[in-house]
Amino acid sequence: MTSAAGGPDPHAGFGIGALLGLVNGQQGSAARRRRAEGKPVVPRFAEAAREALADAGARHELAESAAAARERTAAAVSELPDWEALRAAGAAIRDRALLDLDVHLETFEQAVADAGGTVHWARDASAARRIVASLVRDAGDGEVAVADGPVLRETGLAGSLAARGLAVLDASGPEGRDRVRAARVAVTGADFLVADSGTVLLLEADGAARACLTLPETLVCVAGLDRVVPEWEDMEVLLQLLPRAGRGDRLSPQVSAWSGAVPGDGPGEVHVVLVDNGRARILADEVGREALRCIGCGACSAVCPVYERVGERPFDPRGTGRSGPIGAVWTPLARGVDRAPEASLPFASTLCGACADVCPVKIDIPGLLVHLRGEVVDARRHRPVPTPELAVMRGVAWTMADARRFETATGSGARWARLLSRGGRIRRLPGLLGRWTEARDLTAPPAEPFRAWWRRRAPSRRSTK
Amino acid sequence: MSGRDEVLAGVRGALGERRRADVAVPRGYLTRLTGPDAASRADVVALFTERVAALGVAVRHVGGDELATAVAAVLWGWEAKRIVVPADLPYGWLADLDGVRALADSTVLDVPALAAVDGVVTGCAAAVAQTGTVVLDGGRAQGRRALTLVPDRHLCVVHADQIVGSVPEAVRRLDPDVPQAWISGPPVATPGDGPPHGPRTLEMLVVED
Amino acid sequence: MRVALFVACVDDAMFPGTGRAVTSLLERLGHEVVFPADQTCCGQLHWTTGYRREAAGLARRFAGVFAGAGGTVVTPSASCAAAVRSSYRSIARAAGDPGLERAAAGLEVYELTEFLVDVLGVTDVGARFPHRVTYQPTCHAARALRVGDRPLRLLRAVKDLELVELPAGEECCGFGGAFAVKNADVSVAMVADKVRHVRDTGADVVCALDNACLAHIGGALSRLRAGVRTAHLAEILASTGDPS
Repeated sequence: MTSAAGGPDPHAGFGIGALLGLVNGQQGSAARRRRAEGKPVVPRFAEAAREALADAGARHELAESAAAARERTAAAVSELPDWEALRAAGAAIRDRALLDLDVHLETFEQAVADAGGTVHWARDASAARRIVASLVRDAGDGEVAVADGPVLRETGLAGSLAARGLAVLDASGPEGRDRVRAARVAVTGADFLVADSGTVLLLEADGAARACLTLPETLVCVAGLDRVVPEWEDMEVLLQLLPRAGRGDRLSPQVSAWSGAVPGDGPGEVHVVLVDNGRARILADEVGREALRCIGCGACSAVCPVYERVGERPFDPRGTGRSGPIGAVWTPLARGVDRAPEASLPFASTLCGACADVCPVKIDIPGLLVHLRGEVVDARRHRPVPTPELAVMRGVAWTMADARRFETATGSGARWARLLSRGGRIRRLPGLLGRWTEARDLTAPPAEPFRAWWRRRAPSRRSTK
Repeated sequence: MSGRDEVLAGVRGALGERRRADVAVPRGYLTRLTGPDAASRADVVALFTERVAALGVAVRHVGGDELATAVAAVLWGWEAKRIVVPADLPYGWLADLDGVRALADSTVLDVPALAAVDGVVTGCAAAVAQTGTVVLDGGRAQGRRALTLVPDRHLCVVHADQIVGSVPEAVRRLDPDVPQAWISGPPVATPGDGPPHGPRTLEMLVVED
Repeated sequence: MRVALFVACVDDAMFPGTGRAVTSLLERLGHEVVFPADQTCCGQLHWTTGYRREAAGLARRFAGVFAGAGGTVVTPSASCAAAVRSSYRSIARAAGDPGLERAAAGLEVYELTEFLVDVLGVTDVGARFPHRVTYQPTCHAARALRVGDRPLRLLRAVKDLELVELPAGEECCGFGGAFAVKNADVSVAMVADKVRHVRDTGADVVCALDNACLAHIGGALSRLRAGVRTAHLAEILASTGDPS
């Protein structure tokens, strides 16, 4: 299997020589072309991360705020003796909702209608923007108060309303407190939708949403359609999980719950816009659908050692506001892995598992990342020319399919490595593996692998078959 | 196809023909407060007081016959001249007011009028000891939601028997068809953002009968 | 008892001392060690990098080799133990191979410290190691296997060993398999913090249950000429004097 010169067998990918042949840069031709044409390029994770790492001040701040957030959350969680039982219930409540999602959505729609509200349906972000703009125009005088939230950022709502000529007033902004009081129409997000009562719930710290959903004449509430739960009783679990896992509150300072329009109390006209925007696509993935359990607490980001060092941006290449470990699974699930930025996200993790430990609804984020890595690799298998990595990984698998091949490759690798080492240390490798030796030495492999020692030690003893 | 049909068709398509069977929710979590915090009613009330105070809320215990005096004292401390109250606030709560004009919300005051008062006095629907929360649901002595949002000071009267131990106990007491505001301390501004919405001063009187 | 030794492919090729240490330790405790010679790789690297087809092939092979060996399987690699114990189920499901799922469920695989503490019921293995040592709870040991304080109980019983706690120990060192090269910048930023914590302990040896993580930490220590060396925990437990 090994050539006389001791070089690697071209078929046996395990030889280090094959790895050395890998090109370092991983940037695809599409990105190169866009860059050459001077068009904006949506970065891959590694590129955006490198930029973020260069900002030492921001890194320090991130580390401090992440540590503080972890401490608050850990204290809030450890106070509850039944936290694990709550997590198990929370996961099941979300699964129960998702596995009959269409039924619960229709129940919700009917309950809202019975309570005097109207439900609208948006297939994607642009439909959501169109629907909201039209509702706002019909109801108002050209000004709209907006209480920012994850779905609004995901759909780019505030910017789009402004681009359509509406005066957008940020309810959390410096003038928000006084000006929301004069607005005739407001837009908010939503944390939970209760199907059987049509109740919408919003948890927050600063009360901006509470003002928006209480004072204007018309309320437009935009919700991800994943956020439905079957019944009111489910809130006794989620109202404990979300505040404690999120900001580390015993309960969020302000929680609002309302169903439809209430005569004499709050907006007379209430609209709920249910947004799909990739959620049905996530639901169609029988493994990946677990991501839809997410209740948006952000605990996974607070404990992620990668996030702590690079921050939001590298995890959110298209600026949809969903970042951190859950963003690294949600974005590729919702948009597919055909494009390079999405395909890079599942690899933005060491799979250390810290996120899965803290997730209040027990999303197996590392498991989903591995699943998505499989999707990325499978999508690339069909390319006419195999990626260098595919060739290597196939070669390694072929080598490992036979113990003698493995031993031969080990010997060949060791010979290569000894050529590169000084004093038992390899300080510089070419090619892809050069990324390792930029900052880390590599121990030179020993002359005698374990299995050779075992044979030498017990020549008469029969190794088991 | 309408947006509705399109979205629902997408969801149905995603779930496929054969759905997984019903998911059973393991409700093995605590539905009541347990341990030393819940050994007696007095312990639950004491926990509520401790948790509310931890949120920066001034809280005092009063006997039923001291309530009117205590309300007047809080308003005096605010130097309040004009306050707003729900139309159905028990008259007796305000019996000791001196030099404070209480506007009943029966005429439905507009937002500028609410913003101009010095504070609001309400009761509540329930309170949660474990989290230091009061819940208002528009029922007796609570009024509509704007009343406890626009004025800058809120005095909430909590009867000891309204205090439950845990969040599940409160959820089970409340009706999801009526609007609710769960208030756990004053609103908190996000760093870098503008001032928060809602009363920046929150005080409570716990009435022990 | 008879133990089938599973030596991770990386340990076989790069860190043979670890397999030798497990062998001598278990034999010293009076057990018979066999090494199924057909074993190669459990498929973890392929699985976690997205090569599920190749991973399934290697998993089937692994299950066959160790089912044939019979009895209890022991490995000094926490991450490979975790791969077989928990990832094989996912590998089998992704491949639509219920036979593999059954075969994997039938394997009794222990990471070394689990085997010593839970199965053999020993914490004092008669070792002597006169060094200041810190223990890095690697992600797969701490979170996938949840070995907890088993390694610490074993280390505390080692004669003349001074155990010092590693600050922020449960934070990942940044290795992560392919992550170390695919996202080398972040990986290096992470290991830099890990190395700082290791140096702060004043330990002369940092040990763990995964040689790949130790190679990462050790590679950075070596580059910095930090004067701290790495050792697999098995090598400390096998030691009866001063090995260096």
